[in-house]
Amino acid sequence: MAGLSIQNVTKTFGTAKALDDVSIEVADGEFLAVLGPSGCGKTTLLRMIAGFETVSGGKIDIGGREVSTPQMNISPEKRRVGIVFQNYALWPHMSVEENIGYSLKVAGVSKAEREARVTAALELVNMQQYGDRRPANLSGGQRQRVALARCLVAEPRLVLFDEPLANLDVHLRASMEDEFADFHKRTGTTILYITHDQAEAMALADRIAVMDHGRLMQLATPRELYHEPANEMVASFISQGMVLPADVETAEKGGECKVTVLGQELVVRCRKGEKPRKNARICCRASQIEAVKGKGAGFDGTITRAVYRGGSARVEFEPEAAPNLGLHFDQPDPVSFEAGQRTRLRITSGWLIPAGEGA
Amino acid sequence: MSATRKERQGQELALTTMIVALIVIFSLLPMARLLQEVILPGGSLSVDVIYKGLVSNTTWVATWNTIAVGLGGTLFALVLGVAVAILVSITDVRQRQAFVLCFVTPLMIAPQVTALAWLQLFGPSSPLLNMLGMAPPLGTRNPLYSPEGIVFLLGIQYAPLVFLIVRAGMRKLPRELVEAAQSSGAGWARVLFTIILPLMTPSIVGAAALTFVSCVGNFGIPAFLGIPANYLVLPTLIYQRLAGGGPAVLSEVAFLSVLIGIIAMIGIVLQDRLSSRRDFRITSTSLSVTPYELGRWRVPMEIGMWVLIAIILVLPLVGLVLTSLVRGYGVTLSADTATLENYRFVIFEHVAARRAFLNSMYLSAAAAVFAVFVAIPLGYVIAWGKNRWIKMLNLAVELPYALPGVVLAIASLLLFLKPMPITGIQIYNTVWIILYAYLARFLVLAVRPTVTGYFQLDRALEEAAQVAGAGLFTRLRTIIFPLIAPAAMAGGLLIFMTALCELTVSALLWSSGSETIGVVIFSFEQGGDSKYAAAVSAIMVATTFLLMLLASLFANKLPDGVLPWRD
Repeated sequence: MAGLSIQNVTKTFGTAKALDDVSIEVADGEFLAVLGPSGCGKTTLLRMIAGFETVSGGKIDIGGREVSTPQMNISPEKRRVGIVFQNYALWPHMSVEENIGYSLKVAGVSKAEREARVTAALELVNMQQYGDRRPANLSGGQRQRVALARCLVAEPRLVLFDEPLANLDVHLRASMEDEFADFHKRTGTTILYITHDQAEAMALADRIAVMDHGRLMQLATPRELYHEPANEMVASFISQGMVLPADVETAEKGGECKVTVLGQELVVRCRKGEKPRKNARICCRASQIEAVKGKGAGFDGTITRAVYRGGSARVEFEPEAAPNLGLHFDQPDPVSFEAGQRTRLRITSGWLIPAGEGA
Repeated sequence: MSATRKERQGQELALTTMIVALIVIFSLLPMARLLQEVILPGGSLSVDVIYKGLVSNTTWVATWNTIAVGLGGTLFALVLGVAVAILVSITDVRQRQAFVLCFVTPLMIAPQVTALAWLQLFGPSSPLLNMLGMAPPLGTRNPLYSPEGIVFLLGIQYAPLVFLIVRAGMRKLPRELVEAAQSSGAGWARVLFTIILPLMTPSIVGAAALTFVSCVGNFGIPAFLGIPANYLVLPTLIYQRLAGGGPAVLSEVAFLSVLIGIIAMIGIVLQDRLSSRRDFRITSTSLSVTPYELGRWRVPMEIGMWVLIAIILVLPLVGLVLTSLVRGYGVTLSADTATLENYRFVIFEHVAARRAFLNSMYLSAAAAVFAVFVAIPLGYVIAWGKNRWIKMLNLAVELPYALPGVVLAIASLLLFLKPMPITGIQIYNTVWIILYAYLARFLVLAVRPTVTGYFQLDRALEEAAQVAGAGLFTRLRTIIFPLIAPAAMAGGLLIFMTALCELTVSALLWSSGSETIGVVIFSFEQGGDSKYAAAVSAIMVATTFLLMLLASLFANKLPDGVLPWRD
């Protein structure tokens, strides 16, 4: 087990920049998720940590030892990094036991010890009775467990997960999520977990690194990402946050400041030291929008769509002041809104997105 | 409405009937006739033929020789083909395209031309050795006139076949399987031997079976190298018997050809057993393996690659061309003595050679065109048909090609020795019997790429036409034919190239007036006129290169993997 340090790493393919100056520190024993839309560079990052790709700039350390620099690249087989692949990558010509024992065999571990450790690994993933099976005769979830056991048995310093649940159905995902969390708790291994599914990342990770277009957008705990996004990309990416134009009216005081949004004045949370400024942005969530009875503080607009979702409806709304700005919120039963209806809404709270950080 | 439906069913019935008829005529009928000759000679059940064949010592010697050179050639082809496939697929050597082109070319050259070319390299009359002053003294035997020589040339001839099959397997290897092993701590050699090669078992075993069948059925190489050394294999034994005894020995050679068929079948069955023993199915699809960086070994490897090409391709061709320029036996070749006289002789003067050029041209063109037009409806039924007997259909088309050419040639002889019933037409001793055998043998070469083409085609294109009201024949003509034609035509071109210098079938079926180029080369060489044989061969090699070039020009319109020499 060891920490991982990614320092100013850049990767170019020809003229295209797949990764641009990414720095991430993963503490020993931490579970860190890398989250981002497809094509954001997260898989490239994983392949560089594993040693399958070289870095074009910056460096990567594992457990305090330099493994990748533009001049030097320690080969994958010498890194002691475990990987769990999206498509499991179990070798079809070997039994489950042979698959798991492969790395021990490579390392020249004696037969008796190998068998004991393979059995222990199988127990860890609850697959004791499947040792003789061929991978082709296992279900998707079982294959993923074998892949996990295969990666654990070598006691890697660091385990990389490459979208391990993407090929599983919804039910299995939930139970595998529990298993991964449980496994992390028991072994305390440092884990880097690549995913495009934010619910998965939130459920599992100590901290999440959000990436977009090859750049690190924010590295923070799930709560912080949700409540205090560092830029517009994170704000809109996480839980479909709404980004609204606002003018900051007062300086920060006790973590809050006064802003004007769509003509409505309200108090939002903000970082320390915020000063009054124009053309700022706030992030607000569906739960922070509500309908206003009568002529209270708020703004007018038209309902464009109301989709009943069982227990509540997701309502989409176009404010008069800014027709291109689509807002959405939930109205619990009894649902009364219909498309075309005019109404008045207000924002109850929000987060002032810090200026000039990221995209 | 019901009238239209009836019409549609009628068209489907017509298509099915046509295809079944073709398969009966070109596959089942000749095979059945051959078996009948062996088991039911003259119409009654008898083991006489089999018994006579089995007690003959010559049979056993030839059978043993066939198996020995078959196994030897397969082994050599496997080692060479797999090594090259590994080098090209998973290392970072440069100029891959050019290398693959050169490496696969021997497969495109007829075996007897390969044999002739190699013979010109060694021995006392070798123009190359004479020019270098390294020729052995007159009277020394050419070292290639030996079983080792046969094994060596069979290996070189069929290593490209192994390469193509294993290379195709390597392309499908998902990189994760290799990376999982690497991150488990396995070094490059270990990954190769514990992961990559085991996973390639089906490809390697399949290639081995195909190569074995090809080696066992090869006539050109053992004919050129074995007959002078009196080292007979079954195909050359059949040829000698038939050349000496004529139709009277047909029963006897029918038995021998069934024997070759059985040996070939054993190879195929063994392959099936071996590859079904373990699970090698690769289910996931992914990017292919990242090339291994050879580092300081890269340049030596690349040099080795091109030395290999020089040995298997350039040297023999140089030998061939030099021989074709020699004035006469014993004349040392130099700038002064070189002559184009041999070319003039074979093109303008020698009647049989001139006739052979035309015959082969017509025969191959006819076989190619026919195959293209048959392959399109046949491929349609195989690739998109819903019937269960389709697998059998595919098998029936493959059979005449999977079995050695000798088998089909003897079957054709038996089938057409007597005039055809009802019509009374006699095609024995004419060029038509060769055409029949070509059609039966090479049809599959057009069917395979066509079926591949169908699989890469979106069926919705046809369904859209169906929804628009087009009947089956209209769809075949207006929608499917234009879309699938390039693939089928590439297959036709392969047939043309293969049939142009074909020897195995025509050596047994030709008669005066219906000589083919393969036969002419063989006759020249047997008569001691190597320089004429070399001249004809050089012309044919040049033609082959031109055709390959021509096909490559429209390569981007073809489905992947249709032209074997394009990587």
